[in-house]
Amino acid sequence: MTGLTTTASLIYLISAFCYVIGVHLMRSPKTAKKGNGLSFVGMILAVIMILIEILVSGRVQVGAWIALAAGLALGIFYGFSKAKRVPMTDVPQLVSLFNAVGGGAAAAIGAFDYMTANGHLPLVLSIPVVLDIVIGGITFSGSLIATGKLSGKVSGKPITFPGSKFVNILVVIAIVAAAILMITQVDNSWYLVLALLASLAFGLLMTLPIGGADMPVVVSLLNAFTGLAVAFAGFVINNQVLIIAGALVGAAGTILTLQMADAMNRSVANILAGGFGTDDSQSVSPAGQTDVKVVETSADDIGLQLAYAHNVMIVPGYGLAAAQAQHEVAELAKLLTDNGINVDYAIHPVAGRMPGHMNVLLADVNVPYDQLKQLDEANSMFENTDVSLVIGANDVTNPLARESGNDISGMPILDVDKSKSVVVIKRSMSSGYAGVPNPLFSLPNTKMFFSDAKKGLQDIIASSKEYINQ
Amino acid sequence: MSEELYANLAIFVLSLLVGFEVMSKIPSTLQTPMMSGANAIHGVVVVGAFAIAAEANNWLLYVLTFFAALFAAINVAGGYTVTDRMLGMFDRKPAKKEEDKK
Repeated sequence: MTGLTTTASLIYLISAFCYVIGVHLMRSPKTAKKGNGLSFVGMILAVIMILIEILVSGRVQVGAWIALAAGLALGIFYGFSKAKRVPMTDVPQLVSLFNAVGGGAAAAIGAFDYMTANGHLPLVLSIPVVLDIVIGGITFSGSLIATGKLSGKVSGKPITFPGSKFVNILVVIAIVAAAILMITQVDNSWYLVLALLASLAFGLLMTLPIGGADMPVVVSLLNAFTGLAVAFAGFVINNQVLIIAGALVGAAGTILTLQMADAMNRSVANILAGGFGTDDSQSVSPAGQTDVKVVETSADDIGLQLAYAHNVMIVPGYGLAAAQAQHEVAELAKLLTDNGINVDYAIHPVAGRMPGHMNVLLADVNVPYDQLKQLDEANSMFENTDVSLVIGANDVTNPLARESGNDISGMPILDVDKSKSVVVIKRSMSSGYAGVPNPLFSLPNTKMFFSDAKKGLQDIIASSKEYINQ
Repeated sequence: MSEELYANLAIFVLSLLVGFEVMSKIPSTLQTPMMSGANAIHGVVVVGAFAIAAEANNWLLYVLTFFAALFAAINVAGGYTVTDRMLGMFDRKPAKKEEDKK
């Protein structure tokens, strides 16, 4: 080892250390921001070190400098300005977009190394190169579709077409064939093109048939994939910081994926398999609610009910996020608390578009942190709750989850049915994405208010003001 | 198996284990920022973009270098910025905000 490579190894080790400790600090809300900062310091260290290394090597052509500088400048400008301006409701799709480009970068590096190998790629390198290209390609196109689905630019409904199963099999065969050809007979650009195209196609085919509600799990899984692609890129260019950071993200993404799937009481295999044309998740009892008796209520009644309550629990769900009604909900809560009514929020782990997303949305509108109650704490409070205000949440409040024999059996839910009365704001009687009817809606202490979350809350705020200010 | 590959594999496996260990039992509140933070970290692929730049010597390779740098830079810059914004909200002292408003 020369002096430079020793120094470089040391700096990369420090950089990797920053990521590990950084992620560790992100586990608590108090230290999370510091953790992210430390991780960023690690990133800067690694970038400075690689810059010194390639400067010292003196091999970089003018054209490469221009390409590198132009790419970096444009990328930093685009990434930074996007991230600065994005409204908090759109964070999930932006995270997915950043994941896509990460996979794209890994695939580009893999393709580069394959092309420059001139037929001299030893097996131990050709395997990671191929994995890099394939996984990077899948995450790139898959994450772009996920971004589209989360932002509504691509339909959130499962998209399938006749014969999709057959096409899937063809694509997988193409990937495997291209991979084997690339590994055994290096240096044929057509194999590279085939591998890239087939991987991109696979990413599309894998994500298109998965419903919008499952997208967060898919994003997290693809995030883990990108981590692995980056780690393989590390093998290829023999740089340990890529291997360590990539593996770290791969593991982190895997765990997050499992936790999310758990919270939704679904297996990852089930979510992905649903996408491969078996579509069992769709055919399940399309809301067999014949003749369910529900009591409808009005904004005026709700305002009155809230004004005379002591303890109010707000239960926000996907509908709130979709309607972007977080400002209204915070306004209503503030109105009530200012008049001496206790208001808390019951946050289900998978409420919103992504686990933890609801917390981000509510934090964005300055909801006091101590009003946000997690599942267990909230459930211990429902007995003393006068009014539970359920806004666009369905499956996470469905008491059927406590019984066996249905799709959501065993899923942890918020026990809103235990509160003295329940008001559900919802646009229609349609069941949630699990397709299970919700008996909560027809309980004697439940009233339904059919409205868009934003509009409905504005009306309730108006009527509450009348009763409170008297 | 070369010594280099052996070392790299060992590092890979150990890092996976560290990742599993560090990530187990994170509160659901922080899952979104956590995913975003992990997402930013794989932006370290930008190091790879620099590394291939050192080898690029024709137009096709310059184009690949450009895209690798562009994509990786978006990942790093955007990932850290949006994570920081999210975590800043958790950090905020709600009581103080209330005073600001009044």
